[in-house]
Amino acid sequence: MVEKGAVVKAGQMVGEPSGFVSAPVHSPVSGTVKAVADRPHCLSGDQPAVVIEPAETDEWELMEPITDLDRTPVEKLVERIRDAGLVGMGGAAFPTHVKVVPPKGHAFDTVILNGAECEPFLTCDHQLMLAKGEEIVKGLKILLKITGAQRGFIGIEANKPDAIKHLEELTRHAAQINVAVCRVKYPQGAEKQLIKAVTGREVPVGGLPFQVKVLVQNVGTAYAVWDAVANGRPLVERAVTVTGPIVKEPKNLWVKVGTPVGELLERCGGLTDDAARFILGGPMMGLAQHRFDVPVTKGTSGVLFLPPPRPEDFIAGPCIRCARCVDTCPMKLVPCEAATFSEAGKLDKAEANGAGDCIECGSCAYVCPARRHLVQSIKVSKPAILKRRAERARGA
Amino acid sequence: MPKDDDIQAGGTSEEGGDKPEPADKAEAAPEPADKAKPTPKAKAKAQPTPAPATAPKKEKEPGKAYRLSVSSAPHLKSPEDTAKIMRWVLIALLPALAGAVWFQGWRSLMLVAVAAVSAVVFEAAIQLATKKPLTVRDCSAVVTGVLLAFNLPYYVPWWLPVVGSFAAIAIAKQAFGGLGYNLFNPALIGRAVLLAAWPVHMTTDWYSHAEGARALPHLANLSGTTVDAVSTATPLAVMKDAAATFANPGAAPEALAQAKAVVAQLTGAEGLGKLALGDVGGCIGETSAVLLLIGALVLVIKGIADWRVPVGYLASVAVFMTVFGWVGGVWTGLFHLLAGGLMLGALFMATDMVTSPVTKKGRWIFGVGCGILASVIRLWGGYPEGVSYSILLMNAAVPLVDRFTVPKFFGEKGAGRA
Repeated sequence: MVEKGAVVKAGQMVGEPSGFVSAPVHSPVSGTVKAVADRPHCLSGDQPAVVIEPAETDEWELMEPITDLDRTPVEKLVERIRDAGLVGMGGAAFPTHVKVVPPKGHAFDTVILNGAECEPFLTCDHQLMLAKGEEIVKGLKILLKITGAQRGFIGIEANKPDAIKHLEELTRHAAQINVAVCRVKYPQGAEKQLIKAVTGREVPVGGLPFQVKVLVQNVGTAYAVWDAVANGRPLVERAVTVTGPIVKEPKNLWVKVGTPVGELLERCGGLTDDAARFILGGPMMGLAQHRFDVPVTKGTSGVLFLPPPRPEDFIAGPCIRCARCVDTCPMKLVPCEAATFSEAGKLDKAEANGAGDCIECGSCAYVCPARRHLVQSIKVSKPAILKRRAERARGA
Repeated sequence: MPKDDDIQAGGTSEEGGDKPEPADKAEAAPEPADKAKPTPKAKAKAQPTPAPATAPKKEKEPGKAYRLSVSSAPHLKSPEDTAKIMRWVLIALLPALAGAVWFQGWRSLMLVAVAAVSAVVFEAAIQLATKKPLTVRDCSAVVTGVLLAFNLPYYVPWWLPVVGSFAAIAIAKQAFGGLGYNLFNPALIGRAVLLAAWPVHMTTDWYSHAEGARALPHLANLSGTTVDAVSTATPLAVMKDAAATFANPGAAPEALAQAKAVVAQLTGAEGLGKLALGDVGGCIGETSAVLLLIGALVLVIKGIADWRVPVGYLASVAVFMTVFGWVGGVWTGLFHLLAGGLMLGALFMATDMVTSPVTKKGRWIFGVGCGILASVIRLWGGYPEGVSYSILLMNAAVPLVDRFTVPKFFGEKGAGRA
């Protein structure tokens, strides 16, 4: 959409969506486009990117604020969410305008804001709830209007009493909005587990939350919804936790999307050790990176620095069938068997033990005393299983 | 908190709370903008494999280089590992071992040591001979050796545990592929081999091995009712003989009276008390129900043994004996729970992780199955004791049980499997 040498303003769209399940990208700064070329990305090698040299000061190009919420049609709000490039900010970065509209024949009756913090170490959602509680509640009200849902919940784990108190005060006069205090456990922030904890409903196997009439959005996304609607600002900034035992000054930062992660580390005083693991996301599902120039994306909730892995933690021993993985699996699968059959290429048996329904939370591999690569093996067979399932569904 | 103002302004300021990591007001450089500053490329591209790999990497900050390693998620591991689990099992066996030394003397400790050392030696020797990685540090062979010795009478010759350890480690464990792959509980296979090969040493020595107060009147040799049945022959054997006397229509009246007295003694408060404490004849580790329970409690609290197996096992024995376990009109349920190897079997042998099911429903089935089989053998089988065979038989059923007890996945309630 833009070419080298072009001058862009902060908030100006620089990348348009390639399809329905896709969101536009906006420039987070004013500046000059230095290149439109492939750049490293945290997920998969090099990806096309717009490189912008920032100007001294930011000049914003914002959309028209929507002030009269009551008289704005729902379509207009959804359109705004799309135009603002909103995606789920908990990590998966699924386009929000797609998620808020249920498929034909379905409706939402509940909206849950996810303030459960998806992984250990991450505190950005917690801090955002404390700092921007009011805006988050307003964002939730917008989501309630869009979906027509009657009830709104903000799901927060019990270990954040300050955030619970703060949001309870803010929602005291909103009858349809409640704070749901959840047990502290991993993965409480996983969508299906949070829905179960808050509403008691179980999303069917292989299903999606709309099937139980629930929409889940991260608290950060709710803030971005408010910002897009009330201020007309597209999603170009977010809260990011920079932490880890070897970070000199762990912090939560308010960061412009696209910032190379190395800069965040500098702001946190660097590391106490020169040997490290650099992980985007949390310790359970995050992706290890091998270079510091990967950018913060809309879905980057945390930057974690851990000491290098101890080899003995990753050398797999034989399964002693202790069943800790079975006991801990939030999806109630049988990870040890699913992984064994995955490793043997026996997809039928892997699927019978749940390999196709794994949410890849990593709990099984965390608890495994034999250090088996349980979730890793399941991740390998899962795509093949899902593909077969889709083929079966088409055939049936 | 240092805040550089020289990059640029424009970021929304974020107020942080003061909890773990206070949110800081800072905005960093924008969209891939940073290409202005040279960013050294990573020298080597590391693959995100489970095994850690290292990629040398220079950080942009001058003079500062970080060596980055990658790993595949999850990047952290629970501190609990196989060796720690095995060590906890050993710790849990200590109370019963102390009881054995107290009641039976130092010889029992010697036999336990012989069994444990020989198990480790056989494991190491086999792994060296087959050029497999040496895994004796995981302590599983020690556990097998100790459990095997716990299943032996304390006066067996010293070489018997050596032979048993060989059977347990070489035949039951390593021949099947080593730790985790064995279908049957190795210690019980060791015991079964010894029982088949040296039945005299393993059982009837009870009747010939006179040692002071533990001298051995067979029920048939009893005279009068003064005999101290509980502290002599294994209570189970005595009970079995008594039951046989009652079942024999041609039994002499004196024999019946004796049997009645013995049963009364075994199921009386004093008899049951001795059984609970362990002051009775029996194998090294099996006698003290209380000390075994203390150890097992440790395992359950540590999450190492699942309570479903022992509860299913003991409860089904209690129920079964309540229905069928009446000897001369006396209920023997509590006696059977405390006597023989039931506690050792239910708490430490049936709960062996490798040879029991991984599913919760499967563990119930396994525990209850063991209980029923052990009861059937005790009441109607050829042996007074059926615990070890009950567990071995159920071991064989574990793959089948696991296969048919896969739990309902999250979201499957009510709905069929996709």
